[in-house]
Amino acid sequence: MSITQIKSETKSPSESTAQLLRELVGHLRQHRTQLREEWLRRIFEARLLTAMSRDEIFAEATSVYDSYVEALETRTLEALQAYAQKLSERIIPRGVETNEVVGIVLLLRDVLARSLFSKYPGDAGMLSDVLDAYEPAANSIAITVAVGFVRERERVIREQQEALRELSTPVLQVRERLLILPIIGLIDPQRARQLTEQLLRGIRANRAKVVVIDITGVAAMDANVANHLVLTVESARLLGAMVIVTGLSPEIAQTLVNIGVDLGKMNTVGDLQGGIEEAERLLGYKVVPSPERAPS
Amino acid sequence: MDVPILKQGPYLIATIQSALTDADLLRLRDTIVQDVGVHRAKGVILDVTALDVMDSFATDTLRGIAHMTRLRGAKTVIVGIQPDVAYAMAHMGLKLEGIFAALDLEEGLAYLDQPLEAGRGR
Repeated sequence: MSITQIKSETKSPSESTAQLLRELVGHLRQHRTQLREEWLRRIFEARLLTAMSRDEIFAEATSVYDSYVEALETRTLEALQAYAQKLSERIIPRGVETNEVVGIVLLLRDVLARSLFSKYPGDAGMLSDVLDAYEPAANSIAITVAVGFVRERERVIREQQEALRELSTPVLQVRERLLILPIIGLIDPQRARQLTEQLLRGIRANRAKVVVIDITGVAAMDANVANHLVLTVESARLLGAMVIVTGLSPEIAQTLVNIGVDLGKMNTVGDLQGGIEEAERLLGYKVVPSPERAPS
Repeated sequence: MDVPILKQGPYLIATIQSALTDADLLRLRDTIVQDVGVHRAKGVILDVTALDVMDSFATDTLRGIAHMTRLRGAKTVIVGIQPDVAYAMAHMGLKLEGIFAALDLEEGLAYLDQPLEAGRGR
């Protein structure tokens, strides 16, 4: 049955769309190799998917192409959705970016649309009908793939945040009413806020009077985070706890001086040992070597 | 709403039960500053455990109370600031300079019981 025949028959719009899509799918199946080559050429030309080797791109492109055609044929997106998710799982760890994934799907859409121009040369009406059927389907496919990718990425990001939260700094009680908070690694504003929250809750839960914050493991901090540290000290004071900051690196000392910290409020000691000794002194502890077990 | 002011030995304890209006706060201030003289109190405890918001006016008034009572011979300690409130206050630059803050009523009493000079210099 040729296209012109369908047009002459009075069919409902959705049926003729279905007919046009069937025709289209046939066309895409028939020219599979050639269109796929064209698509791959465009991908390489646009320098997309640079994180993957040529063979990998070829394999992925083939399966994307087939799923694409299948989605056009069945006009359901479930299979494609599942495929997009699996694809995302595979390629996200490789460092593929959102723009690349959206880019290649849109390229495929363009390549296929272009091929329609050469299939119906000079038949503008027919071409327009085919494109009417093709474009909404193609767009919803593109959206499905893009959304699948972004959703997968967000899932990965959430997982990483979770892991980070677990890794994050513990508040430890070393003596009655004395807490230490060792901070290691980079502090971003989010982590800084979380640290403060944990510390304030720790002070309340342990009825701490003195807190030693050790930042030996922090190489540098920007003015924002340094300010946050000062705020943390101030907040702790409002809960009746005194904060001793230990292990400031020269860079951090410089940052603190540059932002103009009131040093009268900030109690700092050179290293963690000194900090704990100072805290013990404040709390009235006295550590003496036991006579029976004196170190030899 | 009036804040009850309890006398406990040489100390006055004001427990703020709910968010106060500005007028309530000023009345609290006037009452406390006066009562310090009437009862010859040596210390004042302002308990804000029930407050989940502390705005600049409240902070300012509490600071005012502390400074005024000191001039009239009584130390003031603020107790029971909630962690979230403390963080919010620090963040908004609401400082309680020169005022001692303690975790709870018990800590506050312990602080006031220390001789004057031992006030850890904060």
